[in-house]
Amino acid sequence: MSKHTLSVMVENEPGVLSRVAGLFSGRGFNIMSLNVAPTLEKGVSLMTIVAEGDDAIIEQIVKQLRKLIPTIKVKDLTELKSVEREMVLVKVNAEDSKRAEILRIVDIFRCKVVDVSADELTIEITGDQGKIGAIVNLLTRFGIKEIARTGNVAMQRSMQIDL
Amino acid sequence: MKLTGAQILLKCLEEEGVDVMFGFPGGAVIDIYDEIPNSKVEHILVRHEQGAIHAADGYARATGGVGVCLVTSGPGATNTVTGIATAYADSIPVVIFTGQVPRPLIGNDAFQEVDIVGITRPCTKHNYLVQDIKDLQTIIKQAFYLARSGRPGPVLVDLPKDVQQQTIEFDYPKEVSMRSYNPTKEPHIGQVRKVAKLLKKAKKPLFYTGGGVITSAAHEELTWLGQKLNIPVTSTLMGLGAFPGDDGLFLGMLGMHGTYAANMAVNNCDLLLAVGARFDDRVTGRVDSFAPGATIVHIDVDPTSIQKNVSVHVPIVADCKSALAALKKETEATLGDFDWAGAHKEWVDEVQGWSAEHPLTYKDDGKSIKPQYVVEKIYEITKGDAIIATEVGQNQMWAAQFYKYTRPNTLLTSGGLGTMGYGFPAAMGAQRAFPDKLVIDIAGDGSIQMCIQEMMTVVCNKLPVKIIILNNGYLGMVRQWQELFYEKNYCSTCMDAQPDFVKLAEAYGAVGFRVTEKKDVEKTLREAFKVDKPVIVDIRVEKEENVYPMVPAGASLTEMLLV
Ligand SMILES: Cc1ncc(C[n+]2csc(CCOP(=O)(O)OP(=O)(O)O)c2C)c(N)n1
Repeated sequence: MSKHTLSVMVENEPGVLSRVAGLFSGRGFNIMSLNVAPTLEKGVSLMTIVAEGDDAIIEQIVKQLRKLIPTIKVKDLTELKSVEREMVLVKVNAEDSKRAEILRIVDIFRCKVVDVSADELTIEITGDQGKIGAIVNLLTRFGIKEIARTGNVAMQRSMQIDL
Repeated sequence: MKLTGAQILLKCLEEEGVDVMFGFPGGAVIDIYDEIPNSKVEHILVRHEQGAIHAADGYARATGGVGVCLVTSGPGATNTVTGIATAYADSIPVVIFTGQVPRPLIGNDAFQEVDIVGITRPCTKHNYLVQDIKDLQTIIKQAFYLARSGRPGPVLVDLPKDVQQQTIEFDYPKEVSMRSYNPTKEPHIGQVRKVAKLLKKAKKPLFYTGGGVITSAAHEELTWLGQKLNIPVTSTLMGLGAFPGDDGLFLGMLGMHGTYAANMAVNNCDLLLAVGARFDDRVTGRVDSFAPGATIVHIDVDPTSIQKNVSVHVPIVADCKSALAALKKETEATLGDFDWAGAHKEWVDEVQGWSAEHPLTYKDDGKSIKPQYVVEKIYEITKGDAIIATEVGQNQMWAAQFYKYTRPNTLLTSGGLGTMGYGFPAAMGAQRAFPDKLVIDIAGDGSIQMCIQEMMTVVCNKLPVKIIILNNGYLGMVRQWQELFYEKNYCSTCMDAQPDFVKLAEAYGAVGFRVTEKKDVEKTLREAFKVDKPVIVDIRVEKEENVYPMVPAGASLTEMLLV
């Protein structure tokens, strides 16, 4: 079992998301996250799907996605050098005694405070899975009240160089 | 000239060469029905929408073309779902037009509204809701193109009533261009060469062919390869007829109810050439002991079929006809200098030995009527020159085992979904396509009752379909499982409360016969086939006859229960 990030370019037509989601549910594949938004090209959307499975399952997922009529292109980014980012909003408890420490963490991880109240801070985090995992972990002990995640967006790197 | 959406639909059908559609009207399609009398497209009024979709499917299978079905919104549309799933499972090209409530009402739980596009998403190749009259003609063009190209399948077009009423200039696109859909047709030639090489080295090659050979009309190429290179052929249920069933190289069907020879051949071959077949569980039995010693070549137009159930050594994504034609070209060159017949002679002898050792057979006590005997007689009388449809169950398996299909498109059967009630309406569609051919539905007494209402359709449209009921008073195939694996707990499989099928035929204005004695079987069949009307022949067969050989579910192919 391994995690794969798939970049799927589709015709932006009604029902396309449910075709993709239905493919996963109908065939018993597991989606870990799915992100959709328009691209520069008119009528084309990009989906970033993180899915988990063994090689045979991932191969089926990729083929089945390609088989959908509105699918233009499917890339398994796991096999390529790629950039992956996720955006997360976290609302943490921040009474006066903890506030300085939280701000220090925000600073170290180069995140942003986007909303403040007397006893809460809302923080915007952008990064790869490792960074997000680390900071969410650190913030947990202050008490996370709410969390909203976009799921991964990803892109193949321009240069596929092996160093 | 500006036309309404309804008029445009019919014009487009004419452009696509559609001469008949099967349907049932309703408020949401009444505008289309209003135009049908002005159109060249004939409409056959069925008695249930399931009949319409199966008939369109049977028409498609018998002709190799596209079948068309037209129904209303809501209940009309949902009544087609079983038939759509049936066509999808067997990759049959049909285009289904459903009416939909007017656009302003969509999503408001309007009268007879249902989200048929949502409901059929997983069982269509693709589907559309026409939201703008401007898209109508492109969508229809695409629907036909998608249905018949690549791996064929059903495509549904949902037409809101107000779109049918709007007008626009008629301008049917000549061509389809879809940036997202370009099925591979031609094989990778390097891979084909690899197969040709493997074939030369192989001592025990075997063709395992499926419905893809028939849908792509690759039967001539397959027959050439089998016969010239002396390679035995086994087929799935869906592939029957692609290779002549009366040729000595043909081993019959493989799998759960496959022949001893076919299953032994799979187990012993060293090169398995899977063509247009998808390693269905009814075929493979236990996957890990399927073709254990073989190098596996898999030719399929659908990449998702390859590596899905078994791992394959040489995958070839291509239309079966193109791939087999390429293989023919590769091997034809060596016909003179390589002794193909000799290379596989020993193997062919071995395989034919298995056929002789355990041929398809049954115990005949001379008293009761054995269902297999009836099927044999049908074959003898028709000399194989008929279109056979089947229902599902034991009748289907006996029709597959004891009738020899020598030509493609002559067996219409629900292989993938196993839909009881399929055969009769499918036969009706085939009979409409070939009015002068003998079209026979081999039926069970259970299945035939699922779409029996189409008796009225065949009678009033003068479609002289012959229904032969192998009447065992049971849901036989389920009873067989109960007998073999559930300690004879015959729960809900006894169907001895039955209509009088002869009177039922007569009530519809058809002809009915009943046969209770073996000596009358042949005579009655001959008589029935001569009648120029729809006929039901109710044949009281041995009640507890079983289908053999049988590989129990989940066992490997060599673990066969024999007669
Ligand atoms: C629509 C549908 N419902 C249920 C089944 C399950 N099923 C498979 S075979 C069978 C028995 C069929 O009985 P009958 O038509 O009398 O044929 P026989 O097996 O006796 O030849 C049943 C119920 C099915 N295949 N299709």
